[in-house]
Amino acid sequence: MSAVIQLTGVEKTYHSGEIDVRAVAGVTLEIRAGEFVAILGASGSGKSTLMNIIGCLDRPTAGHYSLDGTAVSALNRDALADVRNRKLGFVFQGFNLLARTSALENVELPMLYTHAGLSRAELRDRALRALEVVGLADRAGHHPNQLSGGQQQRVAIARALVNNPAVLLADEPTGNLDTRTSIEVMGVFQKLNDGGMTIVMVTHELDIAAYSRRNVVMRDGQIISDTPVTKRLSAPTELIRLQEAHAAVQLAP
Amino acid sequence: MRWFATIRIALRALRRNKLRSVLTTLGIIIGVGAVIAMVGIGNGAKAQVEAQIASLGQNVVLIFSGNFSTGGARSGWGGAGTLTIDDAAAIATEIPGVLHVSPEVRDRQQVLANGLNWNTTVLGEGPDYLTIRDWPLVDGGMFTDQDVRSTAKVCIIGQTIATELFANEDPVGQGLRIRNIPFKILGVLARKGLSVMGSDQDDVVVIPYTSAMKRVSRRTYLNSIIVQTAPAATSAKVQADIADLLRQRHRIGTGRDDDFTIRGQEEIAAAATATTKTMTALLGAIASVSLLVGGIGIMNIMLVSVTERTREIGIRMAVGAHGRDILLQFLTEAITLSSLGGILGILLGVGSAKLLSAVAGWPTLISTSSVVVAFLFSAAVGIFFGFYPARKAARLDPITALRYE
Repeated sequence: MSAVIQLTGVEKTYHSGEIDVRAVAGVTLEIRAGEFVAILGASGSGKSTLMNIIGCLDRPTAGHYSLDGTAVSALNRDALADVRNRKLGFVFQGFNLLARTSALENVELPMLYTHAGLSRAELRDRALRALEVVGLADRAGHHPNQLSGGQQQRVAIARALVNNPAVLLADEPTGNLDTRTSIEVMGVFQKLNDGGMTIVMVTHELDIAAYSRRNVVMRDGQIISDTPVTKRLSAPTELIRLQEAHAAVQLAP
Repeated sequence: MRWFATIRIALRALRRNKLRSVLTTLGIIIGVGAVIAMVGIGNGAKAQVEAQIASLGQNVVLIFSGNFSTGGARSGWGGAGTLTIDDAAAIATEIPGVLHVSPEVRDRQQVLANGLNWNTTVLGEGPDYLTIRDWPLVDGGMFTDQDVRSTAKVCIIGQTIATELFANEDPVGQGLRIRNIPFKILGVLARKGLSVMGSDQDDVVVIPYTSAMKRVSRRTYLNSIIVQTAPAATSAKVQADIADLLRQRHRIGTGRDDDFTIRGQEEIAAAATATTKTMTALLGAIASVSLLVGGIGIMNIMLVSVTERTREIGIRMAVGAHGRDILLQFLTEAITLSSLGGILGILLGVGSAKLLSAVAGWPTLISTSSVVVAFLFSAAVGIFFGFYPARKAARLDPITALRYE
């Protein structure tokens, strides 16, 4: 399998007043197609900055970044926007759905900025298919405030998938969710990954990282460990376990 | 598609904030409405004055006897008694570019007919008078050169006289007594309306100038001479030629004042329209201020909107929107608001102008050009005041925008 993400000696330095802050201090990382990688780290470890660079929202101050065969570290603002539009799908901690806009329209959003013109019917069809993948086709007309947190995150995942990206990027995707819905979202990720989707996820929760296949741990802007997940959790199994635990204390029927 | 989608996004955003959109638009509605109504009123007044000036006739030059600027006691226009029939004849024959000449004698007299009497203006004129003034007859005919030569006791009457003295009868062929002298009515003039000065032009009896001089006013001089020049002739040149001729005929040496006054139609028109022009400009300026205020209102709301929707902008950029797309979206919102306001404002302006004419009786004139200009201007207000907030939105950094709370 070829490398979808190839980072070589990537650095990011922020100038805040007199002091230079090296948020990312020389990261070399290769992620191959079909991988499910969790980037772990405490806050201030540089994982979010690295994620912004991988997500083409930010440019490295030094080093080389190649995404799906394209050298993106040299691209300008508009070109980066096009890369985000076509090769990347984003899932954020705070869902970041447009308020007062239906789930379907939220999912259509990335396609509105794609150069290849699609008819309204095609937009709708593709958005509905993406919602089906995350199991929310029946909620297409609902607005975000009519959906639960887990459902909102699944709409966001559908939005990330709609343009058939090369990589799905998730920044603390379970940060705003309870245990049960977190596992549900991980279930969606595992299903997608089983279908061949490359996923890169940033998290600070070890148990969430356990659903991925590979854990990259960061500290002070550098990678300190990079290991495959040995005791991988399976979302369906975990859900049953949780259900039983809740039943035991009569939280659930 | 991308443009189309952006415009759809913008319209959707406006629909989501209906009340705010309506209130923002209100500023433009009132601004454009005020401009349309005010300019309509100004133009209406101007059109009225222009119509009155046109009622003087085309390419008319008026020569009054007596100079306005002589020192000491002044007799006023036409009182000096320096213009003669020979002067009029000389102008007709010697000045190039003169089409028609009508010597004029003006007097106020009590006229009697049908056992009724009426005080009116009696005008002594030449047979070309009606041609010069472009004043048709509705009934009967005009007196002729023969009538002038024979100081005939014939007249034509204005609509006011016809109404006041002959209520329901046909006046043509009937008699009319001026200073107790019986005149035969040959024709009735069409209605002409008010003059530039506001006097009733239809309150008039026109008789041959010779009859006026010998029988009615009993004087040997003319009050004025009305000249119509050929359309191609330069009014200034004709006026200068007439002045030279009259100075020569009246033996006025160099350095001495004229004993006559020449007025071209342009001067009269300029004097009369100057006021209404000032009024239109003033009204338009006041109204434009409200349009400007409306525009600032749009800018204000758009700036608030950009701040409020920073996160939305971040999301859009994260999923692939270019700065251009965001710029276009916010600009479209601003232009939609302002041009919608423009359209509604035009309706409001036309409506209130119509209401003003109906209620207050002011003449209003809404020209297509003022409507088009008002609409384009309101759209331009949208672009101008929408550009800064839109550019601010487009320049946002996606990461900062996404983290914005």
